[in-house]
Amino acid sequence: MPEFSERRPELFMDPDVDAARRFFRDKPRRMENKVTTVAEAVRRYVTDGCYIAVGGFGTNRIPTALLHEILRQGRKGLGLSGHTATHDCQILAAGEAFDRCDVAYVIGLEARGLSRSARRLFETGRLRVTEWSNAALAWRYQAAAMGIPFMPARVMLGSDTGLRSAAAEITCPFTGIKLLALPALYPDVALVHVHRSDVYGNCQIDGISVSDLDVARAARRLIVTCERLVPTEEIRRDPTRTAIPYYLVDAVSEVPYGSYPGNMPYEYFSDEDHLRRWLEAEEDPVRLCEFVRRHILDTPDFTAYLELCGGLERMRQLRLRELLIPENVSPAPAAPAAPAVPAQGGDR
Amino acid sequence: MSPATQPQPSYSPMELMITVAARYLEDGATVVVGTGAPCAAAMLAQRLNSPNLMVMFEAGGIGPQLPSMPISVGDSRTFYRGVAASSMPEIMGMCQRGMVDYCFLGGAQVDPYGNLNSTVIGPYERPKVRFPGSGGANDLASLCWRTMMLTPQDRRRFVPRVDFVTTPGYLTGPGAREAAGLPPGTGPYKVITNLCVIGFDEATKLMRVESLHPGISRADVEANTGFELLWADGLADTAPPTRDELRVLREEVDPLRYIIGRA
Repeated sequence: MPEFSERRPELFMDPDVDAARRFFRDKPRRMENKVTTVAEAVRRYVTDGCYIAVGGFGTNRIPTALLHEILRQGRKGLGLSGHTATHDCQILAAGEAFDRCDVAYVIGLEARGLSRSARRLFETGRLRVTEWSNAALAWRYQAAAMGIPFMPARVMLGSDTGLRSAAAEITCPFTGIKLLALPALYPDVALVHVHRSDVYGNCQIDGISVSDLDVARAARRLIVTCERLVPTEEIRRDPTRTAIPYYLVDAVSEVPYGSYPGNMPYEYFSDEDHLRRWLEAEEDPVRLCEFVRRHILDTPDFTAYLELCGGLERMRQLRLRELLIPENVSPAPAAPAAPAVPAQGGDR
Repeated sequence: MSPATQPQPSYSPMELMITVAARYLEDGATVVVGTGAPCAAAMLAQRLNSPNLMVMFEAGGIGPQLPSMPISVGDSRTFYRGVAASSMPEIMGMCQRGMVDYCFLGGAQVDPYGNLNSTVIGPYERPKVRFPGSGGANDLASLCWRTMMLTPQDRRRFVPRVDFVTTPGYLTGPGAREAAGLPPGTGPYKVITNLCVIGFDEATKLMRVESLHPGISRADVEANTGFELLWADGLADTAPPTRDELRVLREEVDPLRYIIGRA
């Protein structure tokens, strides 16, 4: 395999902690109203070529509205942290919005199958790719969040994943064991969807936080979308619940159903029919183009996308599914047994 | 278990794989699982032999009372009525601290040392096929005490050398994991396929067939393996699923046949 060592694995983001300190020194820490639109937040903070991290877990608590807006505004040349990037990666790949990627998990949608479109993109050789594991990326964020240049860990050792990463082997000064030094990852911008935020960006998350506590602290800029804007009083009533404090946050947008078609814990389940239609559209690049134009590029905003996908009625169904409430109401006892739910909402 | 007069119940290869995997998960153990068959195996074990099996998911779900099969290892079912809805650093830290007994993995290719490939087929720079990458697999196989693999067996998958070591098995043989810096005492434990159960020879760290599934011959296994396998001295017959195991699997674990309907 002569090709194997053609390229040295690239470290896309500088783990320079003092440069990061200088940046964070100037980051405003005043409590001020940061509410803005999704379009404005993307325009201001997601610039061509910047490196982004996406919160949540691929199809769970993802900032879909922000990802759509990146396509709508035609951003190009982004760097992507592929920390279980599933539907998020699929959206950005459809728009060919990124040209480099730290890969821990991309292309796949877990049990649903693989995105042909994302796979095609990764197989073209046009992307610059460095391999990692999920824990490696999680701990790289953690190092950045702590303000240290690397985190030592015992993963990726002995594997090609490690060889194709930009990590370095070190010896522990205390125990003498071999460790892998994972360089701090400071994304230019992080996009995170949460359950609740106040206007200043104090955020609450229900359920698992995945790596988002560290993602929020590692990123130079943080755009938050939330299911609901809440009064600061609600944050102050139970400060134990504040997962992301306001001083990390640069912009806040209220986007109800903002993780759709992904799952939002305790709010709504993923729309498996819509995700399947997306995967099917990828069978043919022309069909995918049409699909993306119809659902993203030709829609003015996320609300229009939700309408196209079945609107409130569809959201109601997904809410019942999330809460494990049976969806079939039997109005009359004599009614013949029908399928429990219409297979999907308005969109076909 | 069932009286000798009753005919053996019929079952699919997938049902057999899940059942066999479930028997290895002892009560009180901790296991990180993904979606699909491994999750079904853990759910089955909880309902039969191991009510106190602690099931965890890499995105942060700990000890859920799974109401149905998760679609994503981060979806809300993975912490439904759980003991904790935590984070990836929490789960991975627990693995690195040495508190996780088992993990379940699969891959596009596996070699005689149990090294797994889920990254590329073909040369890395110009891959014939690109796969998702490590995800949490490398982490779990590096850090958990015992790595279990649940995979169909054929020559495309069981290869002499994987194109890319995404996830470490015993690497190049005895002592290789330790030399690489991986925690001592960890590594592949069992490979459960549609044909047999494979363990790893203590001396060579190579795959060694331990039991053949009902109706499967040594020749069948050899025909579906791209390398020379070792064979255990007391080669056993895999016990087929009992009526009880099948009933629980079909009625409680996977009533909608998401997983068992696949085989």
